[in-house]
Amino acid sequence: MNITEKILARASGKSTISPDDIIFANVDKAMIHDVSGPGVIKVFEKLQKQGISTDKLWDSSKVWVAEDHFVPSAEKISAENIVKLSKFTKQYGIEKHFKYGMGQYGICHTLSHEEALVLPGEVYVGGDSHTNTTGALGAFACGLGHTDVAYVLLNGKIWFKVPETLYFKLNGKLPDHMMAKDLILKIIGDIGTEGAAYYAMQFGGTGISEMSVESRLTLCNMTTEAGAKNGIIEPDQKVFDYLAERGAAKYTPVYGDIDAEYAKVYEYEASELEPTIAKPFSPENITVVRDIAGVELDKSYIGSCTGAKYEDLEAAAKILKGRQVKIRTEVLPATISIYKRAMENGLIKIFLDAGVTVGPPTCGACCGAHMGVLAKDEICISTTNRNFPGRMGHVESQTYLASPLVAAASAVTGKITDPRDL
Amino acid sequence: MGKVIKYEKDNIDTDVIIPGQYLKLHDYDEIAKHAMEGIDANFHSKVQKGDFLVAGRNFGCGSSREHAPIALSQCGIKGVIAVSFARIFYRNAVDGGFLLPIEVDEETYKKIADGDQIEVDTSKNQIKNITKNQTYTMKPFSEIVAKIIEAGGLFKYKPE
Repeated sequence: MNITEKILARASGKSTISPDDIIFANVDKAMIHDVSGPGVIKVFEKLQKQGISTDKLWDSSKVWVAEDHFVPSAEKISAENIVKLSKFTKQYGIEKHFKYGMGQYGICHTLSHEEALVLPGEVYVGGDSHTNTTGALGAFACGLGHTDVAYVLLNGKIWFKVPETLYFKLNGKLPDHMMAKDLILKIIGDIGTEGAAYYAMQFGGTGISEMSVESRLTLCNMTTEAGAKNGIIEPDQKVFDYLAERGAAKYTPVYGDIDAEYAKVYEYEASELEPTIAKPFSPENITVVRDIAGVELDKSYIGSCTGAKYEDLEAAAKILKGRQVKIRTEVLPATISIYKRAMENGLIKIFLDAGVTVGPPTCGACCGAHMGVLAKDEICISTTNRNFPGRMGHVESQTYLASPLVAAASAVTGKITDPRDL
Repeated sequence: MGKVIKYEKDNIDTDVIIPGQYLKLHDYDEIAKHAMEGIDANFHSKVQKGDFLVAGRNFGCGSSREHAPIALSQCGIKGVIAVSFARIFYRNAVDGGFLLPIEVDEETYKKIADGDQIEVDTSKNQIKNITKNQTYTMKPFSEIVAKIIEAGGLFKYKPE
């Protein structure tokens, strides 16, 4: 069995499982946020009307809550949703509620690793499609809707069809002008937005071992864009050190067997890859940055669970240091902890000196919610994960998806720019 | 029997089905007003109870927002007929008991036209096109999906 199968076998109390088996997996951790949380509350209300008890959660210590999509509250309705969340966590005794304006808070997927909320070998589900992100720590991490998450909160388990696994092997270390974002865009371009539908996407090889934990998180984050059930990477010392720095030490890592089976293996040579960009209106619509260099832009957005982790900000700062932006540029660190580190290490000053607006942690304009959404015909380069029509605002706005290096280089010139050509 | 509302497009994503700015809404009727706004602002006024939405591959890709099947179902959509579905949309449709996600082959997808009147019989895996006097086969639901649909959603389903 491979790592995904072994985790799901353990979680469903079976010694062995195979792709396509239907299992009920016991869940180790569950997450809701200010969109899925009120959605779950709505499901609870429906259940109460049907006479199904919602008095007690399966284990409130295993549930955590993020406020990220519409915070700081965008308008009245989102403020009311935040109030609803607070009442919910109080009623059910959920202690891990990361509230904005009260210390550490931020984008749920970034908190999942920054706060070591999910550990290797665990089954983690969240009410958000990018829950896949945290599979980079060696967990089975999968996004679900409101009804499914409500079911998990009350029963501690959920059904899955065991996925087949696609294995992506990266040979060699990515060069300095490249980031994990370039690789995952290349992969999505190759297999398409439906290319991994219902599959697990696993990453390995020397190039992945060379990668930081944060880079691996970027890879797993965007497995969602290929339709994958989960993204996963077998944990190594880098993961253990990362978690130890965040106070987590007790867990049982899981590894695939030597004879683990994969539906298909894809190989990439790091030395052959180029900075890559997804054109509107799909993450699979990729090309090499240099092929469309010079496209005029209105805005650069450096934010989200995909592109506002510490090393993403560091990459952007490397480019922006001592330079000025030519177009509107926003940087929104993904969590307060990252924001603080960026401030302590001088990154925030570099951004402000370059003319960038630095915002609070929020999903913000990534999902067209607030904090810099796009007008009709505006063209944006963004470190986020999706560029469907209307994703970041007006349905006739356009978003190009790229790495923080490319987004920062493009901010400096006002045009799509390969960082090597700056 | 229901009328077909067809969009000849692949990858109709959740940002099209219900744009992100409406995710703060949790009143089902309010959500329904914005169904398919990314592609057809008049969608909700076109739908009558029992109608079917027909589309191409990878319907519902993108976010996990349950607002997507809720928006369609609350407008009156009984089922979505597509060549394939993204996994979270499919799960949400079934587990929430909102609508039938019906998979058909490319050929059937091409034959069904906007405005056709159709009838779906999931017990026979059959779609009858009353307008064209044709009968098509739908891909059968997997065993667990059939049982959850029959129960009326995941909460009413009792695992054996």
